[in-house]
Amino acid sequence: MHGTRILDEADRLMTVCNSCRYCEGLCAVFPAMEMRRAFSDGDLNYLANLCHSCGACYVDCQFSPPHEFNVNVPKTLAVARAESYAAYAWPQALSGTFARNGLVISIVAALSMAAFILGFAVLNDRGVLFGVHTGPGAFYKLMPHNAMAALFSAAFLYAILALVMSVRAFWRDIGTPIGGRVDGGSIFQAIRDAGELRYLHGGGVGCYNEDDKPTDRRKLFHHLTFYGFLLCFAATSVATLYHYLLGREAPYPWWDLPVVLGTLGGIGLIAGPIGLLVAKSRRAPELVDEQRYGMDVGFIAMLFLTGLTGMLLLVLRETAMMGPLLALHLGAVFALFITMPYGKFVHGIYRFAALVRYAQERRTEA
Amino acid sequence: MGSKYDVLVIGGGNAALCAAIAARRGGASVLVLEGAPKFYRGGNTRHTRNMRCAHDAATEILTGPYTEDEFWEDLLRVTGGQTDEVLARHMIRESKDILNWIVEQGVRWQPSLGGTLSLGRTNSFFLGGGRAMLNALYLTAERLGVDVEYDAEVTDLVIEDGMFLAARLKRPIKGESEIRATSLVAAAGGFEANIEWLKQYWGEAADNFLIRGTPYNRGSILKMLLAKGVQEVGDPTQCHAVAIDARAPKFDGGIITRHDSVVFGIVVNKHSQRFYDEGEDIWPKRYAIWGRVVAAQPDQIAYIIFDSTVVTSFMPTLFPPIAGQTIAELAGKLELDPAALEKTITEFNAAVRPGTFDHTILDDCVTEGITPPKTHWARKIETPPYLAYPVRPGITFTYLGTRVNKDARMLMADGKPSANMFAAGEIMAGNVLGKGYAAGMGMTIGSVFGRIAGREAAKHARN
Repeated sequence: MHGTRILDEADRLMTVCNSCRYCEGLCAVFPAMEMRRAFSDGDLNYLANLCHSCGACYVDCQFSPPHEFNVNVPKTLAVARAESYAAYAWPQALSGTFARNGLVISIVAALSMAAFILGFAVLNDRGVLFGVHTGPGAFYKLMPHNAMAALFSAAFLYAILALVMSVRAFWRDIGTPIGGRVDGGSIFQAIRDAGELRYLHGGGVGCYNEDDKPTDRRKLFHHLTFYGFLLCFAATSVATLYHYLLGREAPYPWWDLPVVLGTLGGIGLIAGPIGLLVAKSRRAPELVDEQRYGMDVGFIAMLFLTGLTGMLLLVLRETAMMGPLLALHLGAVFALFITMPYGKFVHGIYRFAALVRYAQERRTEA
Repeated sequence: MGSKYDVLVIGGGNAALCAAIAARRGGASVLVLEGAPKFYRGGNTRHTRNMRCAHDAATEILTGPYTEDEFWEDLLRVTGGQTDEVLARHMIRESKDILNWIVEQGVRWQPSLGGTLSLGRTNSFFLGGGRAMLNALYLTAERLGVDVEYDAEVTDLVIEDGMFLAARLKRPIKGESEIRATSLVAAAGGFEANIEWLKQYWGEAADNFLIRGTPYNRGSILKMLLAKGVQEVGDPTQCHAVAIDARAPKFDGGIITRHDSVVFGIVVNKHSQRFYDEGEDIWPKRYAIWGRVVAAQPDQIAYIIFDSTVVTSFMPTLFPPIAGQTIAELAGKLELDPAALEKTITEFNAAVRPGTFDHTILDDCVTEGITPPKTHWARKIETPPYLAYPVRPGITFTYLGTRVNKDARMLMADGKPSANMFAAGEIMAGNVLGKGYAAGMGMTIGSVFGRIAGREAAKHARN
């Protein structure tokens, strides 16, 4: 017996699957399962986070419902995965944020944006808030650079700390493979597997939708979103270097590196999340963990909002809308940062850790 | 229903879909009638995982060559010569091209699965298993414009002088109707799920058989064809049967109820008596005899008994072993006579001679002085907990079928080829398999003769 009902079910399914093994060529979950004959809570949480939810094993399974063995691995692991986020959350007092995550994220986002607008309005007079500001340092007329940097650094560092503590708990729980130590090769392998979403492919044909055909484009949209996010992050990092090392203040002209990176990233962060939302709505209903719909949509919406406000800010930065848009954009980014450890963002962290563990296990076995 | 198809395919598994695709690619209009609901489509193909094809060199997924001659020798050995050499050799030759053809139809291969290394050279495995293979074939068939109907129960065939005219059909919503076609491909499987029919040959014992596939493999098309003058082939008592867990569901337990632990222990019947050499041969080679061996025991039940030292020597099982700290406790849980089981195990242990255990070869661990002997891998059962799996015969598929020629064309009772009726898959497997079985052969028969039947049926329809 396990700690939760869903882990009991995951254990039952892994016992069924381990006596079948037809799916071992589809992804990493089944080969990892085959290295075990019994499953601890940690093992099941590891397998749950290794699963990319492509759905191939469901459509390929001769025992999926209505068969009496009732094998639905993608959904069971999706629920287990979501419950593992709460189980490993740091501090544990905040694990409840995963229960009604959509609500939590929207409230935090709304409050953050309201706080920035209010802050700008209180600290600046109307003329400045709705004024037209151009040239270097224009943004900082509304919020001093040091205040901005301090606030976002604090939020970001807190997010990093909470994520590190959470993934540490996960890493400990999933145990160390025999003779296994984290080596550079395993990490490099995991970076490649995560970077190309190697296991989000339905064993090669692509993922399944409600229409019975492998036409799911989630992989593409996930790439747009993920690399869009990275490009935006790179844009901010380059801008920070410009500011402190070169003494060059934002906003930068459209052809300058931070803006080019940010524009490309922003396009990804708009197109990617829209695609993911559409793909989500077309997903075969039997594969979906409905209870976490809010968490998924909340995170996708936050990314979209970040991309959208950023792009609007770029386009309208020389108009009177700059002030309010800057407040909205900063509010969105702030909310995204502080909710990172308590929302869907963590899926990437846990999955990456699981991929490292899997690469390790494969190397140990070989 | 005024429409008429060039080719009507009855059945929905590997053979049926290969026939439908080949016929459609041959320019015919094609209708596939699958008697099962969509989820259970494909008969036994749902539960398959590989296909045995000849090949002259290693491939991406096959570890070495498997020549036509070697395939033929394997077939000769498992069937004890009960096969049609011309047809079998033709099938083996055609199987070489199937390796590529089936990939062109969207099916993907993978190397042999964990725990099946012994098949790595001879058998190509479907990525994702048999249902993945079916999904790919259905997708391809539908893209090519093949019409498919599920829940389509064929109630009668109109056949005149060996010539197919129409099929009568009962459908849940549209009701009864008649479908005419220029050619017929019968690929509707055997009768393994038809307990009443099995009883004709097996008597009441058939009530204790478990059926590994869906309840839809009732053999109704086979019965109609034989009743309407098609020549019969094969021994009706012959089938592919293995020993599966007695706790498995009556139907559709598939592959996961199997046991490959026989060679690691002993097998006793309900009287706690051993009855067959558990160490006769390397496991996969003898896998398929245990269904029949158990079927011959009283109440068609047997128990694989082993001890805790061998638990990790075989694949994990769906149902956990039944355990007892003593032989008597185990016997109690199995409802066997404790004294009798203790006696059997004591005698067995006393007969075990020292040897070097190696389950990958025919090792020298043997018994002496007991009947039946255990001729390899015999080790004492003495380390508690003592463990057991109850097993029953699990019927995979039957061999009684319709006789065909090299074109997959059915032969009538008088020996004349039918004008327009073809058969493929299990329904004609008995042409090749008189008895016995080697892994992956059913799928070879299905794909090879399915493709031939579809091609020939289309050719007939065009002329």
